[in-house]
Amino acid sequence: MNKKSLFYLAKRDALPWHKTWLIRGVAIVLALIFCSLITMLLTGLNPVQVFSTIFYGAFGTARKTWVTAQNLAILLGISLAITPAFKMRFWNIGAEGQVLIGCLACAACMITLEGKVSSGLMVVISLAASLLAGAVWGFLPAFFKANWETNETLFTLMMNYIATQLAAYFIIVWEVPKGSGKIGIINQSSEAGWLPVIGGQKYLLLILVVAVLTGLMFIYLQYSKHGYEIAVVGESHRTASYAGIKVNRVIIRTMVLSGAICGLVGFLLVSGTEHTLTTTLVGGRGFTAVMVSWLAKFNPIGMIFTSLLLVFLQRGATEISSVFGLNHSFADILTGIILFFIIGSDFFTNYEIHYQRSGKEGK
Amino acid sequence: MEAVKNAVRMENITKRFGTKVVANNAVNLELHEGEILSLLGENGSGKTTLMNMLSGIYHPDEGQIYIHDKPVTISSPKDAFDNGIGMIHQHFKLVDVFTATENIILGLNEDGKLDLKKASQKVRDICNKYGFDIKPDQKIYDMSVSQKQTVEIVKVLYRGADILILDEPTAVLTPQETDKLFQIMRNMQKDGKSLIIITHKLHEVLEVSDRVAILRKGEYVGDVVTKNADQQSLTDMMVGRRVSLNIDRPAPVNPQPRLTVEHLTVYDDLGVKRLSDVSFTANSGEILGIAGVAGSGQRELLEAIAGLYPVAEGAINFYDPNVDYSDPANKPKSLVGMDPMSIRKAGVAMSFVPEDRLGMGLVGTMGMTGNMMLRSWRKGKGLFVSRKEPEALAKRIWEELEVVTPSTSFPVRRMSGGNVQKVLVGREIAQEPAVLMTAYAVRGLDINTSYTIYNLLSEQKMKGRAVIYVGEDLDVLLELCDRILVLCGGQVSGVVDARTTDKRQVGVLMTRVGGGEADE
Repeated sequence: MNKKSLFYLAKRDALPWHKTWLIRGVAIVLALIFCSLITMLLTGLNPVQVFSTIFYGAFGTARKTWVTAQNLAILLGISLAITPAFKMRFWNIGAEGQVLIGCLACAACMITLEGKVSSGLMVVISLAASLLAGAVWGFLPAFFKANWETNETLFTLMMNYIATQLAAYFIIVWEVPKGSGKIGIINQSSEAGWLPVIGGQKYLLLILVVAVLTGLMFIYLQYSKHGYEIAVVGESHRTASYAGIKVNRVIIRTMVLSGAICGLVGFLLVSGTEHTLTTTLVGGRGFTAVMVSWLAKFNPIGMIFTSLLLVFLQRGATEISSVFGLNHSFADILTGIILFFIIGSDFFTNYEIHYQRSGKEGK
Repeated sequence: MEAVKNAVRMENITKRFGTKVVANNAVNLELHEGEILSLLGENGSGKTTLMNMLSGIYHPDEGQIYIHDKPVTISSPKDAFDNGIGMIHQHFKLVDVFTATENIILGLNEDGKLDLKKASQKVRDICNKYGFDIKPDQKIYDMSVSQKQTVEIVKVLYRGADILILDEPTAVLTPQETDKLFQIMRNMQKDGKSLIIITHKLHEVLEVSDRVAILRKGEYVGDVVTKNADQQSLTDMMVGRRVSLNIDRPAPVNPQPRLTVEHLTVYDDLGVKRLSDVSFTANSGEILGIAGVAGSGQRELLEAIAGLYPVAEGAINFYDPNVDYSDPANKPKSLVGMDPMSIRKAGVAMSFVPEDRLGMGLVGTMGMTGNMMLRSWRKGKGLFVSRKEPEALAKRIWEELEVVTPSTSFPVRRMSGGNVQKVLVGREIAQEPAVLMTAYAVRGLDINTSYTIYNLLSEQKMKGRAVIYVGEDLDVLLELCDRILVLCGGQVSGVVDARTTDKRQVGVLMTRVGGGEADE
């Protein structure tokens, strides 16, 4: 007489990390199989061909590989930036704006200082300006949160729009040529303020900077007193106060750091890669970074893999849409399917499914 | 005499949460018509879960429930009401800005126009019949805890319940209010109602019930007729083996003031006075108990001393055991206006076991080592934390207090309540404090761990430390402490010698000072 379902769910104890990755691996394989089916049904193309093209799009040539690495570095950089805040359970979804304001600060220095200082000095000044701009964008929501308990999610989200509008305004101020509504490549002839090229590779320096940042962030979160404070504040403000941690100071300090790293990425984007400013320069990566950080459970080393996966998918998707003349939406469908499976696999890392035998008779 | 009729019979009831937790395993329980049954068991033994299946909050995975010998399926609280079952929960479910009557009829879907007058009259009738003292038109926020509880009881009677379940009803009451409640329970019994009282307090079981059913770790141990039972036999059934119920209380040796609080007054965020003119002295080598109805200012008092609650007026002074205060040049340290970090930096050896273990005393997601670091994280060199000492301390506590955990990095949140408390108390004692403050140190713990904690505290006292013990169980306070300070509505209503006083006297003090939430 009692209703009895076929299975029930139970929360798992924490899985060892290799099992977690095994489940994710299985999810990716399943996702690829599912993608193949969809591809065959919708386009009639050979899925193996499609997948090899995706791979080719990301790593097919040295140039493609460098671009993939550059994209990876930028996405990873933003993910690293938001991680301390997220570990503190400060839901900073304003990385988009914090990076863009860094871009704007960098572009402003490059444009206004052109011809006035040497290129090297200009790089240093724009770096400082970008860091500061990002830090301010991180400081404001944290200051209000710490003092008046404002909602950081809404606050950081709105700061994104302010950054976008500021960028839009200054693009018109500095537009070249007048009336085009665009800035174009800044200092194209002098290359003043451009990040220096090392080893003959345009993106190498940028990639190295992010690599070092990854290591530093890992150590910072894992072994430093600040990292410990962040972890305690994230767990409970009351516990933190009890342990003598100054909660407000930690919130503000961490968000300033988070914003400053975003600013750094903004600097790398403008000075190191794009040499221009548009309102869509960050391109939603401030939000994608949230996913990168979550999927890696806020572990900077794990974030290398999660950001690689996302960048790989995006690059490959672009490639297949051009090679096969498919609509770009098709690439989005494939990316969507794969992400769905990966995020869905989290369910299986958190819960076990138990099937019930229809054993004992009710009464 | 005719054969007993069962108001409730639960047969082979099993309830699982997830795979590992079996909250109730094939439990059989009978409630005879017109009796008061005590459901006794330690925390986590599955008493509340079992009763929640009667009141329709949970649905059993296996088993059958019979009400007045008819098989029933109870899948919602409404089903429970239809079967005449009413449960009075530990945490009241009342709308503060409504009157008693409005709360009572809330959710009743009666036909026709809402007639508050008629409802009030019916509430009044019920009150007169059983001897409740509530006014139907009084707002909930104006009521004392005991009156709120009364509203909950009237609520189920109004709905025509003849089987009443009371979940730990005395936890929030003073001894006098408890007596009154028991009287009302007997009145209801005379009226033919059947009652189940969930409790873990043995003297209450012995006082009020006709029969006792005992659960242990989700299993039904058995039942005894109350007049054939005593405290020791019930404890043994509850725990499953023989437990010594004696608390060792040596006399204080050379008590010296360690902490003095003078005219302390604090206000909360909303400007409500939480402590008013509180003064007392905590001496070395002594356990000072703090008694009072829940919410009388105990939390505020300890947090104010620990630097976690703003002090509006008054003085808090700390006397270092290594300083000779007979020399007038030496002055005690004032703690007013200091935060926890500055208190520690000033060399004040004070430990605090807060009431909210995982929300304040510990970090749930961290292991024992990470939690030891809450006290020592600043000690590392330069920018980095040192894990070596905390790790060693964690290992020591793990061994000495027999904490059950797979490793020192296992998240404390996933340990059982008793082990969590051992980690917290162990850490605080390891600070070698001159003053040790504990708030509800044994709440929710099994009997064995409780006695471990009592002994640890007595040991601390014998080491010359000043121990402050905020407790809720008066029997324990009377057995463990040397002196008891009674708080009522944020004021000190008396300080008594625990060796000579009794429960009545403390109970009177708990409600003596007017105002606050005490009875008028």
